[in-house]
Amino acid sequence: MPKDLMAAPADPQAPAQPGGADDRLRIGDRVLTSRLIHGTGRFPSSAVLAACIAAAGPGMLTVAVRRLHLDGDRRSELEGLDLRRYPLLPNTAGARTAAEAVRLARLGRAAGLSDWVKVEVVGDPDTLLPDPVETLEATRQLVAEGFTVLPYTSDDVVLAFRLAEAGAAAVMPGAAPIGTTLGVQNIHNLRLIIARCPVPVIVDAGLGVPSDATRVMEWGAAGVLVNTAIARAGDPVAMAAAFAGGIAAGRAAHRAGPAEWRAGGHGASSPASGLPTAPNTPSAP
Amino acid sequence: MNEHGAVEVMANGEPRSVPAGSTVAALLERLAVDPATVVVERNGTILRGPALGQVVLEPGDVLEIVHFVGGG
Repeated sequence: MPKDLMAAPADPQAPAQPGGADDRLRIGDRVLTSRLIHGTGRFPSSAVLAACIAAAGPGMLTVAVRRLHLDGDRRSELEGLDLRRYPLLPNTAGARTAAEAVRLARLGRAAGLSDWVKVEVVGDPDTLLPDPVETLEATRQLVAEGFTVLPYTSDDVVLAFRLAEAGAAAVMPGAAPIGTTLGVQNIHNLRLIIARCPVPVIVDAGLGVPSDATRVMEWGAAGVLVNTAIARAGDPVAMAAAFAGGIAAGRAAHRAGPAEWRAGGHGASSPASGLPTAPNTPSAP
Repeated sequence: MNEHGAVEVMANGEPRSVPAGSTVAALLERLAVDPATVVVERNGTILRGPALGQVVLEPGDVLEIVHFVGGG
């Protein structure tokens, strides 16, 4: 463990990153036009997915790599989407080992002509929780192969540091297990990762509603990856727009710098002085 | 090669028979797959662009033909 990463925590009350009109998220060689990363799985139809993406205006789209169905219906939910319009982040979903993740990453690179990859190695098929050992190993190998690696990880603080140390361009801790829509389950760990990890932190997985995204953005997360919460909403297109708004609000609040907590508060919001004097005459019966 | 001059390969887990001497590109054509929309891995090695038209299928070759699908 590098000592500098275990040094005193960054001041959580420190002002947001110093101003500048350009608040776009920079990771590796990309400048993202939005801090919302949009998943593309489990949508009711490709038309709904396309409308969600149009409503959300995401900075990147995640995709998975799978066999083409050689017999029968070959269409995928991505059909009809112009994938060249958005930067793609192929994932390694389905991998259970580092070796499988590396293989899927190489296939994704060949398919997408970019060396970006979201490393996802599931260690428990029931909960889809990531395997920390295989995730770290896959990150090391893919960094060595020149990939820009964004690993999906648990909310373990030291593991996030280790992934950054291994060369991850950003780390993607889950708020809650994939697809649960439970929102942030370990506030303290997630805040520690956001405050102290030396690379951008993108909260991935388990978010349910836009306020979940707003919260983590207020804490200083660099971005949010949303899939199920949009795809499975009653009105996915409206929810996509709501998440975009929630993320923008949280980011703006982080930059603005939340008012400091004080015991007893900051005092009354309305002035204590200048109250009009009550007339001496008793009020009418 | 069998007695009919065909070569048996595995494509996405299913046996496929192609004429002896077929290239990977010829197999994709038989399957009506646009090579620009997929990535082909042969025996664990990704074949890029021109290689698809150059590599001749051999008996027992294992091919994975993949593309992007929705995912999170």
